[in-house]
Amino acid sequence: MSRRLGWFLGAGLLVALILAGVVSNFASASPDGLDATARQGCTVDAQGRITGGTCMAQHEQGHQMGDSPLANYGIKGIHNRYLSTGIAGAAGVLLTFGLGAGTFWLVRRRDRVGTSSG
Amino acid sequence: MNPVAMHIANGIVDAPVSALFAALAVAALGLCVLRGRADLDDRLAPMAGLVAAFIFAVQMVNFPVLGGVSGHLLGGTLAAMLVGPWVGALCVATVLVIQCLLFADGGLTALGLNITNMALIGTAAAYVLIAVLLRVLPKTPAGLAVTGFVAAVVSVTVASLGFVLEYALGGTTALPLPAVAGTMAGVHLLIGVGEGLITATTVATVAKVRPDLVFALRRFRTPVVAPVPVPAGDAV
Repeated sequence: MSRRLGWFLGAGLLVALILAGVVSNFASASPDGLDATARQGCTVDAQGRITGGTCMAQHEQGHQMGDSPLANYGIKGIHNRYLSTGIAGAAGVLLTFGLGAGTFWLVRRRDRVGTSSG
Repeated sequence: MNPVAMHIANGIVDAPVSALFAALAVAALGLCVLRGRADLDDRLAPMAGLVAAFIFAVQMVNFPVLGGVSGHLLGGTLAAMLVGPWVGALCVATVLVIQCLLFADGGLTALGLNITNMALIGTAAAYVLIAVLLRVLPKTPAGLAVTGFVAAVVSVTVASLGFVLEYALGGTTALPLPAVAGTMAGVHLLIGVGEGLITATTVATVAKVRPDLVFALRRFRTPVVAPVPVPAGDAV
């Protein structure tokens, strides 16, 4: 990997870390387009649980990974929500980069005819 | 506080249809690996990792679109422009897998549905528009920004219709489909505008700093054969 690409990747990761680690705390807390549409027609309590009516999310079931230490974009056990969201977001960025770059590196094309830029 | 769930949850679409789309997603992602390998060189591999990480980050930043409704980036257009359609779809799928397995967002049973809509349909729709638009628009940061914006608006709306199709096939509640389709497409058209602005800004920035890292410009860069002007800053 060239040095210039290294700088670009570092800068890009830094922007991603700031977005997921800091800016995410100021994101809109409203349900997203899908969630809002799925709950349309149902009445929902303060915790977001469906209490009645007819809607797409009516038969929604819990998540298999609900007990994950990172579940719901927070760190289990950290009660300061800014810290919890921030650390979870930063961890997510690093994990995604690690898994993504690692996998792509493993399956990448290997030029046998020496045209690789190293 | 950030919304805690933003993808299709378990139990909204029934198990057989979810399984069908899971099989479809596995097959399509397999094809993406096969075709994407040709694009993945020593430089694109880490770049694709960054694109995935960036999409994960931006997805956490929900923006308001209507009273009480928010939207977030899906990422297909951004990925297709920066790393190409095959690798781009794999980037979005990587994000969805991590969100599902580690962050409990997007049901495990629904993972195939989410991958189909956002990684496959979203990226494919975006790529079609990118290919058409870049044929006529200037290969400049501004041209790329316009391309990214238009492709994102269409991509997000079409991806939302992917959900409508899945719901039509296996929805667990009987609701009038035209209403579901209308609401989904209407809300996602607005979300698409937000996605378009984010995509345009990001792609234009990368094109200014490192035009050589914008995949969508690759095929216009054939300095030996074609008299096409090389984008400024490409020469090292």
